Amino acid sequence: MTSELDIFVGNTTLIDEDVYRLWLDGYSVSDAVALRVRSGILEQTGATAAVLQSDTMDHYRTFHMLERLLHAPPKLLHQLIFQIPPSRQALLIERYYAFDEAFVREVLGKKLSKGTKKDLDDISTKTGITLKSCRRQFDNFKRVFKVVEEMRGSLVDNIQQHFLLSDRLARDYAAIVFFANNRFETGKKKLQYLSFGDFAFCAELMIQNWTLGAIGEAPTDPDSQVDDMDVDLDKEFLQDLKELKVLVADKDLLDLHKSLVCTALRGKLSVFSEMEANFKNLSRGLVNVAAKLTHNKDVRDLFVDLVEKFVEPCRSDHWPLNDVRLFLNQYSASVHSLDGFRHPTLWDRYMGTLRGCLLRLYHD
Amino acid sequence: MPGKLKVKIVAGRHLPVMDRASDLTDAFVEVKFGNTTFKTDVYLKSLNPQWNSEWFKFEVDDEDLQDEPLQITVLDHDTYSANDAIGKVYIDIDPLLYSEAATVISGWFPIYDTIHGIRGEINVVVKVDLFNDLNRFRQSSCGVKFFCTTSIPKCYRAVIIHGFVEELVVNEDPEYQWIDRIRTPRASNEARQRLISLMSGELQRKIGLKVLEMRGNAVVGYLQCFDLEGESGLVVRAIGTACTLDKLSSPAAFLPACNSPSKEMKESPLVHPPSHGCRSTHNSPIHTATGSRLTQNFSVSVPTLIYTGMGSGSAGKEGGPFKALLRQQTQSALEQRGGSPHRFCRRREFPFFTLTAFPPGFLVHVGGVVSARSVKLLDRIHNPDEPETRDAWWAEIRQEIKSHAKALGCHAVVGYSESTSICEEVCILSASGTAAVLNPRFLQDGTMEGCLEQRLEENLPAGCGFCHIPYDELNMPFPAHLTYCCNCRKQKVPDVLFTTIDLPTDAIVIGKGCLIQARLCRLKKKAQAEANATAISNLLPFMEYEVHTQLMNKLKLKGMNALFGLRIQITVGENMLMGLASATGVYLAALPTPGGIQIAGKTPNDGSYEQHISHMQKKINDTIAKNKELYEINPPEIAEEIIGSPIPEPRQRSRLLRSQSESSDEVMELDLSHGKKDAFVLEIDDTDAMEDVHSLLTDVPPPSGFYSCNTEIMPGINNWTSEIQMFTSVRVIRLSSLNLTNQALNKNFNDLCENLLKSLYFKLRSMIPCCLCHVNFTVSLPEDELIQVTVTAVAITFDKNQALQTTKPHVEKSLQRASTDNEELLQFPLELCSDSLPSHPFPPAKEHLESASSNSGIPAAQRATSVDYSSFADRCSSWIELIKLKAQTIRRGSIKTTVTVEKASPMGEGNFRNRSAPPCANSTVGVVKMTPLSFIPGAKITKYLGIINMFFIRETTSLREEGGVSGFLHAFIAEVFAMVRAHVAALGGNAVVSYIMKQCVFMENPNKNQAQCLINVSGDAVIFVRESELEVVSAQQPTANCQPLCTGGEVTT
Repeated sequence: MTSELDIFVGNTTLIDEDVYRLWLDGYSVSDAVALRVRSGILEQTGATAAVLQSDTMDHYRTFHMLERLLHAPPKLLHQLIFQIPPSRQALLIERYYAFDEAFVREVLGKKLSKGTKKDLDDISTKTGITLKSCRRQFDNFKRVFKVVEEMRGSLVDNIQQHFLLSDRLARDYAAIVFFANNRFETGKKKLQYLSFGDFAFCAELMIQNWTLGAIGEAPTDPDSQVDDMDVDLDKEFLQDLKELKVLVADKDLLDLHKSLVCTALRGKLSVFSEMEANFKNLSRGLVNVAAKLTHNKDVRDLFVDLVEKFVEPCRSDHWPLNDVRLFLNQYSASVHSLDGFRHPTLWDRYMGTLRGCLLRLYHD
Repeated sequence: MPGKLKVKIVAGRHLPVMDRASDLTDAFVEVKFGNTTFKTDVYLKSLNPQWNSEWFKFEVDDEDLQDEPLQITVLDHDTYSANDAIGKVYIDIDPLLYSEAATVISGWFPIYDTIHGIRGEINVVVKVDLFNDLNRFRQSSCGVKFFCTTSIPKCYRAVIIHGFVEELVVNEDPEYQWIDRIRTPRASNEARQRLISLMSGELQRKIGLKVLEMRGNAVVGYLQCFDLEGESGLVVRAIGTACTLDKLSSPAAFLPACNSPSKEMKESPLVHPPSHGCRSTHNSPIHTATGSRLTQNFSVSVPTLIYTGMGSGSAGKEGGPFKALLRQQTQSALEQRGGSPHRFCRRREFPFFTLTAFPPGFLVHVGGVVSARSVKLLDRIHNPDEPETRDAWWAEIRQEIKSHAKALGCHAVVGYSESTSICEEVCILSASGTAAVLNPRFLQDGTMEGCLEQRLEENLPAGCGFCHIPYDELNMPFPAHLTYCCNCRKQKVPDVLFTTIDLPTDAIVIGKGCLIQARLCRLKKKAQAEANATAISNLLPFMEYEVHTQLMNKLKLKGMNALFGLRIQITVGENMLMGLASATGVYLAALPTPGGIQIAGKTPNDGSYEQHISHMQKKINDTIAKNKELYEINPPEIAEEIIGSPIPEPRQRSRLLRSQSESSDEVMELDLSHGKKDAFVLEIDDTDAMEDVHSLLTDVPPPSGFYSCNTEIMPGINNWTSEIQMFTSVRVIRLSSLNLTNQALNKNFNDLCENLLKSLYFKLRSMIPCCLCHVNFTVSLPEDELIQVTVTAVAITFDKNQALQTTKPHVEKSLQRASTDNEELLQFPLELCSDSLPSHPFPPAKEHLESASSNSGIPAAQRATSVDYSSFADRCSSWIELIKLKAQTIRRGSIKTTVTVEKASPMGEGNFRNRSAPPCANSTVGVVKMTPLSFIPGAKITKYLGIINMFFIRETTSLREEGGVSGFLHAFIAEVFAMVRAHVAALGGNAVVSYIMKQCVFMENPNKNQAQCLINVSGDAVIFVRESELEVVSAQQPTANCQPLCTGGEVTT
């Protein structure tokens, strides 16, 4: 006796969250059944393995049919075939677009092209995430990227509108899209200590302040907003950053800056002497990073540079985080008191974001 | 020209890409009704076309309005080649033809293609202007309402129940026409869908005419079926119960009719005494009625038989009728041609009712199940306009049913249904029902008052009257074991009662009920034509007998004494017959406590054998004890003593019978030792019997927290919460063709059904505590070694805590209610007083339900909805709403504005969201509930919008690509649900009640990578309102002015 056909169709589509997770994690039906058996479900419910097998198959089939709709979540809301309560729809979408930290760290900042897809095998081996799941996550990144890449307006809003994600997840995707578009290097060994959250935090700051979308808030003629996009850095701004070079190139200015900072922080830092000794190096590092951002290649290395030029020197001197904060605040603020410096707005736009990023990046 | 049909095509969405080059579609729409076709403009390059067409107007006869479906075809325009069809929508406009139903059909319909399934949706608006037509020779029957519901629909009252209506129409099946060889599968499928749609329209119109002739205005319990007879044609037949219904005025509908259970309940006890009593039973001996007139048939009828402890007694005589078969055939051929003599006198001839639940007072006594089957050889239907042959076949079977009912002292048959099973050219026709004595006042032109009198005269005790035997005790139609009714102690009742109806509302039940199934397979030699028919006919009596034996055994094993909703299905295949009987077992307080099951061996001297026997006996006894506990069956012991002793006579009789039928003295001994309880003896004389006993013990009870039944509601559970889940599950197994024996076959079949049930319990575990109601199994044998089982049922949650409450508070409540009601309804003073008393001890379900919902209804409902979504999910849903809103506004306004609005004030956004809640609802798909029951727990049905009767064919030539047979059928059934929901929503409804999947014919050819499936579903589209919302309304309504009587059938239900 073999079962040729075995289906269950509810008027309200049954969604089993546990099975959904197994499916998302890329397990085959038999692996999923084995995992479910191990979870002790048979004992709890008194079911047999055959029942479990049939149930798992059924759910997998349903998910497979839903997958097409999940690729364009608004379709899931408007389709008539599966009657699913809104809360369940949201859950399906949210979980489908959720990703693994380990996976996203591998592809963050990489070009989301087919070439990279071939690397999925390696990523799968490295992270222990099934190839199927890697592929789903990668395809999700790529799909979201494709849809919002050329779109105007707020990146997060665009993502939410087209993929109906929660605010949190939409922000994460905004970061992924932003990183992919600007190809920031995140895979270097010295960056391994950083989590996706760290990068996402920086991405958000940069989107808010350094992109074309950022100046969109300024009162400009709506027609001129052709480039109101969150995904690209504001080229003009990057060009302008060269002007900051004067801060380190002009020796007087640099000395003055240093003395202003040192005066203000004397007695407040536990690492005051180290700071004093390193000031010029640190300042040069930060300003040079800014000046170099005109080149695409240097943009990509932004995080490598920040870590090399600032995070690592401070860390080797064992600066407490609070001292870093005090220093950066003072360092940014003091520039306003430099008489010869003519770009305070530019400086704030740059340093405001960078300060946030550095504080986030500064940990073990 | 009595009608004008107006159609407007608004828009399409999610259309498939038809032009690979542009990834777009140039869609237009053809709207066809009868022979008239209109077209919209082509909407270029869009997957979401906005046609916004003018109103297309069709001026048509109302006859056509009833017969023809509106056919909407979406096509892709192609300049150089033929336009490609995207798909079609058939809309049955019947609901627009009677005044109280829907006034407009408007909404998104899935565009369906028989090869590709659903491909996008189309928004259509349909209206009908009807002109009055006084022509009395008219052929249409517009205005007659149809209900699938097998009880008087809520919000109506029955003025008169006229009785049985039936009709059938036949045609050639397009699939078998010569043209089918040259046309595409799509064209063939569409021809079939259209033809069936046309035929059901015609059938409904004809039935409507009959109803008008009878001066009725509605058909209740309308059941329409298709017989795909293959080469010999296509038969569409329908039966129903003609009624004159009155719509309850709207306050009435809100209040008394639907809202106050206590009223109904108090009434019901008076008249119909359904509860525990019971009478007879059945079993199977078979009495063969030889159809002497039309011969080809051989009918085997199984009247109710009594099964008092006859053990494996002898089956009745069978056999005789077949010998004459051949001779008869020639004869019959002649006779058929001559036309059937029945045809004229038939109309009111059959006192049959397709209802399974009745207004109070309608049902007086129940005799037992009557059934008849007949095996026919199909021949080609030569002239579709003269369906006499098929008519005559059914007439004959009905005649037989009628005479069986008479033999039981009953003048009517209720819970009546008909079915067929076809394999190649052999067809088994079956009919079954419950013989009953009805209150005559209802059937004549009497009004409610009339029947009131009647009730008073009869003065039947509440809750048990229906169990009292309708036949003469001294002249019983079959040997029965009678005792005095355990409830009233005045009338005689049988020891077991089998019925095809739902448990009457006022029946007094002890404990809970459960689903009981008998399953059976019998191998048969492959044969042709007559030889095949003969073989089948010879097997039928044995199958009937065994099915009954199994049912009886299982019933005893559960410690119960009555079956409701009994449905026995015999399916014929190439090389086997399958029998599946499902029913809901209960313990009726009026019937005597069932005796145990006693096992007897044939070889008493063998020590080890005896040990084995006693071991089995112990197991059985344990099981019975366990079941009694499980189903909470604790009948008052005293009652038995009292009843038992004063009537020694019945027992003697049964003993006498037994000694006649059994040759073994030993059995007698055992039996006697069992005392007055009259144990049921199973004799183990061969391996078969052994198997039987084993199989008895293999049925696993549902896991805790689960109950199941095949009736509308579960006896003993009455605090339903509002969560329902209707589902269809299909399984097909392939038997290994080697060494098939009856035992192996039985085991396979048994496992199949048991595993299916287990899977259901597992899948629905999140709903615990819950009950599977209206569990409907259908078996078919699509090919030699394939068995297909289809189950449709609904899982309903209930509140366990409330269930645990003692009945006392309820009784008090019901008393209170009853008394307040009494005051309101002075017209029926007598009735009220008399019944409030007897009904207390076990107030019927309704009361519980009502009190549950009125007292704590709101919280319960809330709990139910919130329970299964985690808070995470909740958050998600609010995101979704929010996002949707944003999306809407963004689309509407310029980007700039929205962004600023949003950023500017979160408050503003919040407000906005609240304000726009309704539009938001538009953008999502409205929820449509589906249920095989006639009601929706925790809600009141406020309007019936019309009948839904849909037929779909789906075919694929890329089976593997669609996920194999499972993927294919899964998607198809989901699509069928979607199309039903869309039609209901377009009618303005939010639920389908009395939903039934009447046919699910699945054929596959994996070698060719092909499969085909036909599905036929029906139900009643309704609008319901949650009780919690209703309460607000009803509080404002003046108190009831409606007549309680009319609300009857409803609860029951």
